[in-house]
Amino acid sequence: MQDAKPAINENVVQMQHICKSFGTVQALSDVHFELRRGEILSLLGENGSGKTTLMNILAGIYFPDAGDIFVNGKHVTIRQPKDAFDLNIGMVHQHFKLVEVFSAAENIVLGLPGKTTINRRALYKHVQEIADQYGFEIDPEKKVYDMSVSEKQTVEIIKALYRGADILILDEPTAVLTPQETDKLFEIMRAMKADQKSIILITHKLNEVLAVSDRVTVLRKGEYIDTVYTKDATIQSLTDMMVGHSVSLAIDRPTTTNVEPILMVQSLTALNQEGAKALDDVTFEANGGEILGIAGISGSGQRELCEAIAGLCPVIGGSILYRNIVDGYEVDENVIGLNPYKIAKKGIALAFVPEDRLGMGLAPSLDMVDNIMLKHYRENKGFFVDRKTPRQIAERLVEELQIVTPDVFTPIRQLSGGNVQKILVGREIDTSPRLLMVAYPVRGLDINSSYTIYNLLNEQKEKGTAVIFVGEDLDVLMEISDRILVMSGGRVTGIVDPRVTSKQEIGLLMLGQSIVM
Amino acid sequence: MKVLTIIINWINAAVISGTPLLLATSGEILTEKSGNLNLGVEGQMYMGAIAGLAGAWFTEKWFGVGGIIPLIAAVIFAFLMGCVSGLIYAVLTVTLRANQNVTGLTLAIFGTGFARFFGEVLSNKAGGFVAVGRETKEVFYIIDFGKLSEIPVIGTLFFRYNWLVYFALIIAIILGWFLNRTRKGLSLRAVGENPGTADSAGINVTRYKYAATTIGGGLCGLGGMCMSMVSQKGVWQPNCVSGYGWLAIALVIFATWSPLRAIYSSIIFGGLTVMYMRIPIPGLPREIYMMLPYIATIIVLVLTSIRQSKEHAQPASTGYNYYREER
Repeated sequence: MQDAKPAINENVVQMQHICKSFGTVQALSDVHFELRRGEILSLLGENGSGKTTLMNILAGIYFPDAGDIFVNGKHVTIRQPKDAFDLNIGMVHQHFKLVEVFSAAENIVLGLPGKTTINRRALYKHVQEIADQYGFEIDPEKKVYDMSVSEKQTVEIIKALYRGADILILDEPTAVLTPQETDKLFEIMRAMKADQKSIILITHKLNEVLAVSDRVTVLRKGEYIDTVYTKDATIQSLTDMMVGHSVSLAIDRPTTTNVEPILMVQSLTALNQEGAKALDDVTFEANGGEILGIAGISGSGQRELCEAIAGLCPVIGGSILYRNIVDGYEVDENVIGLNPYKIAKKGIALAFVPEDRLGMGLAPSLDMVDNIMLKHYRENKGFFVDRKTPRQIAERLVEELQIVTPDVFTPIRQLSGGNVQKILVGREIDTSPRLLMVAYPVRGLDINSSYTIYNLLNEQKEKGTAVIFVGEDLDVLMEISDRILVMSGGRVTGIVDPRVTSKQEIGLLMLGQSIVM
Repeated sequence: MKVLTIIINWINAAVISGTPLLLATSGEILTEKSGNLNLGVEGQMYMGAIAGLAGAWFTEKWFGVGGIIPLIAAVIFAFLMGCVSGLIYAVLTVTLRANQNVTGLTLAIFGTGFARFFGEVLSNKAGGFVAVGRETKEVFYIIDFGKLSEIPVIGTLFFRYNWLVYFALIIAIILGWFLNRTRKGLSLRAVGENPGTADSAGINVTRYKYAATTIGGGLCGLGGMCMSMVSQKGVWQPNCVSGYGWLAIALVIFATWSPLRAIYSSIIFGGLTVMYMRIPIPGLPREIYMMLPYIATIIVLVLTSIRQSKEHAQPASTGYNYYREER
């Protein structure tokens, strides 16, 4: 695409002394960044380290408070996304920037100059040509709302290439992909690299850094740490740079005795809003003193499964039996058809940390005390609510979980993702559940917060609680779970022991290929 | 034969009655396609109604001419006043990021009061009541198509209208073509669906929102002028818009945000609003008839939500203001 002769180690992007603050929060201070032609550079850092902010500055979404940017040796000012396109910089955001009701091609051509009307046939052809060049699979006429996550990502990348991007920024592109889809993406990235394009991969997954990139730049808490060659780096050395001190990366999997079933799900079938089967003949048991991991591509029925068990999703068949203890006797109670309130009234100690923390889990504009009260206020006698008990719980949680908040009366919307999650998990655990379901509990959390959550889950497991952990990071699931249930298209494709199963096998199960165990 | 005549005349009246609706609906569709839910259409129509009438009246008075020149003045004044009303809304919601619902409702009240106040001022000035001259009135009458209008059925159905009917039709068709076929139309729809995406695609979200809301307001103003100059025959009536602005908002939903569907939808609505005159059912009060357009809207709302079509729905960001650096 470009006829400039590639020189070895030629910098296509240089960012110097970049500063950016949001209100009182200093997101970036004096950060440096260099990108060479025809390389894949990983930008590594924890959440809140400023890596996305830095790239948003390069892509024209944010404007830096201070600092200089050079592209191809020229000093430039990038005020808006359009300026970035003109410099052949394209960014694929973590949250896709696609218009749902448009077709792939319409999204790709959006905002580009040209004739008054759009020649769709020529457009489709051009899109197909780019796709063929790098090995993408795409249907230019397909509407975005009909697409899978990986297809949407493909549209995003082609969109950047269509605009002539030579510098491509990918913001955590693999977070939503299966291992197989990830490998495919890496292949495409290598093809682009061979075509002298420069790629920045924003990530916090170290194995990906090592697998695909040439160099790694590490940021920590808005500051530039270092840039190293990938071939000289190890997982441990990168982690130390990222976190700032040596951390133990191993996740505990304590052994427990007294493993016995608490939840028995049999032939559970449920429909989604479109009337298709979201859960199809799901059968499994969750045991006390055990963490049951649930793996699967997002949208494989994990959400419906959790919601069905919590009494939030109507089911059309099967049973959910919960082993309750009433007056010292074990009673298996079927919770199908009961709403969460009725389930709680039966004395079933069930706690649920949903995927959608600020929508389903907590009320964002209420403070910690009120959010904790939501779980308790029905137990109050009389006309007025008791605010004292929830306040005490809130203060205890702040201390125990090291929640960073000005006070317990700050609307939780204003807190960071990690702290919000600690509040939610803390509140649920505080009810001393016998069954704890957590969906993507560490999504968006940094390493330290993630480990706090893992420890909390392990504590619950040791107490004899049955923990169901819906996760997306297979490495984590395989380290923490005692068993992993794999879902695909609403069905259970396997329940495996992570100690003896490989990641590839689980990946295949996630794609719907049952293996005989 | 008598039944057929009644129906043909009814359709004829429906088209005439639907014309201000079609103009205002086209304007509101354009506005909503940019993600601005402007509930102030009623006020904007009132502002257009008084501005159009005043424009024609003052032109007559100052230049001593009637006919086509006051008409042009009425169109320009009504359109510009509508644009000003749209601009007020855009400044408040886009630049100052005020709540869209509150702003729209306020605009509806403001516009109504604005028109009634200046209507009163004008009436006092004119010594009793404002009315344009006969010559000016006549240019808003049915166009004489000669022999064409005498063709049975077709003549009545297609060639017995004032010029605004054809004008509104052309506007709606142009708008449909603009939204669905052109590059700028695609950009505008992207702004309304997902301003963040449009922004990162290099589209100037603010400019599109301003342009669409302002021109949309202008079309609403023309709809209002249609009410004062055609329906009230150039005489100022403090109640001239009488809820047509609210009907236009309902019509946007009925037409599922498509200017082309708005064409027949506006005729249906127009037909429902004049039904009490054309097909009177003894004992059925007029108020029941007046409810019909709204009942039709509710039915369409229910049907569209059952169908769950993503494309025939309100632009996704409608009602929300966009701020790029929001975290």
